Amino acid sequence: MASQDEQDPRISKISSAIRVIPNFPKPGIMFQDITTLLLDTKAFRDTIDLFVERYGGKDISVVAGIEARGFIFGPPIALAIGAKFVPMRKPNKLPGEVISEEYSLEYGTDIMEMHVGAVQAGERALIIDDLIATGGTLCAAIKLLERVGVHVVECACVIELPELKGRERLGDKPLFVLVSST
Amino acid sequence: MFAAENGLKGDPRLQAISNAIRVVPHFPKQGIMFQDITTLLLDHKAFKHTVDIFVERYKDMDISVVAGVEARGFMFGPSIALAIGAKFVPLRKPKKLPGEVIAEAYELEYGRDCLEMHVGAVEAGERAIVIDDLVATGGTLSAAIRLLERVGAQVVECGCVIGLREVKGQLRLNGKPLYILVEPREIDGC
Repeated sequence: MASQDEQDPRISKISSAIRVIPNFPKPGIMFQDITTLLLDTKAFRDTIDLFVERYGGKDISVVAGIEARGFIFGPPIALAIGAKFVPMRKPNKLPGEVISEEYSLEYGTDIMEMHVGAVQAGERALIIDDLIATGGTLCAAIKLLERVGVHVVECACVIELPELKGRERLGDKPLFVLVSST
Repeated sequence: MFAAENGLKGDPRLQAISNAIRVVPHFPKQGIMFQDITTLLLDHKAFKHTVDIFVERYKDMDISVVAGVEARGFMFGPSIALAIGAKFVPLRKPKKLPGEVIAEAYELEYGRDCLEMHVGAVEAGERAIVIDDLVATGGTLSAAIRLLERVGAQVVECGCVIGLREVKGQLRLNGKPLYILVEPREIDGC
């Protein structure tokens, strides 16, 4: 993530634009609400710019965004760097033929889907979501893309919850975040 | 109103956008010809044209709020908001938004659903547009308009990539204008 010594001056405004909602969705969870960031036109612009500055000109042809908050950040980045946007969705939302990947939740499992033919073998991809917690969702997205021969260059999130060790779960896949929340 | 009848007649971008949309027959059920915009998102030029057309239309209308309907409205709305200097406000299914919300119910073909917006996201007097990928009956967009009007915002227009012409959506949109880029694609040879 951005080094603490030389943190980009835009980062602190981005961080302070994120609202924390205690006990959502259940007691004990301090929910990182990015909707307030989306209301701050400069901070939202800066968020996108920070990702675009990092990934523009790096021959990335795919930005995959995870439903639903990844759909908010992914498309502006994709448009700015000249890449396609590929939505990674909950089951039964995508209308065409899909490939699926099951992943663990705290209790039980869920499924992530991607359209067949959306990406080609050999393409270079980013995966975008608003936040990384345990890394389970991002790992499922990585698997889906790698199954069709795509090279996942990096995972990018606005926020990381480092205590949940998502970065370790991604293994050898690099992770870039703007804000680390303890 | 369709873009082609409202200043963009013959604009080649509209044809490129239409060509990039895929029709998936019988989804989510028999008889529905689903207009799939995910193929538009794979076509960088056509996706950019889509956003550009909305941006050109709204950038000088003093719009401070772009509201996008979950989930496909999220794919178009934020880029428009960023380009015109407006806030992006997600309108979501129940229980997704973490803070205090207001809710508006609307009719589905079978049953009802509900759309929510965060309290405080929008202020009275703000000028807003609502963005979604497609308008069919207009039920969802009507609920979106009601949510924004309840907090005193002025809904200037609803913008959709695709509009089903044969459905009288206009009647269900609380008198608000509707701006649509393309009609649904027919499937070839069907």
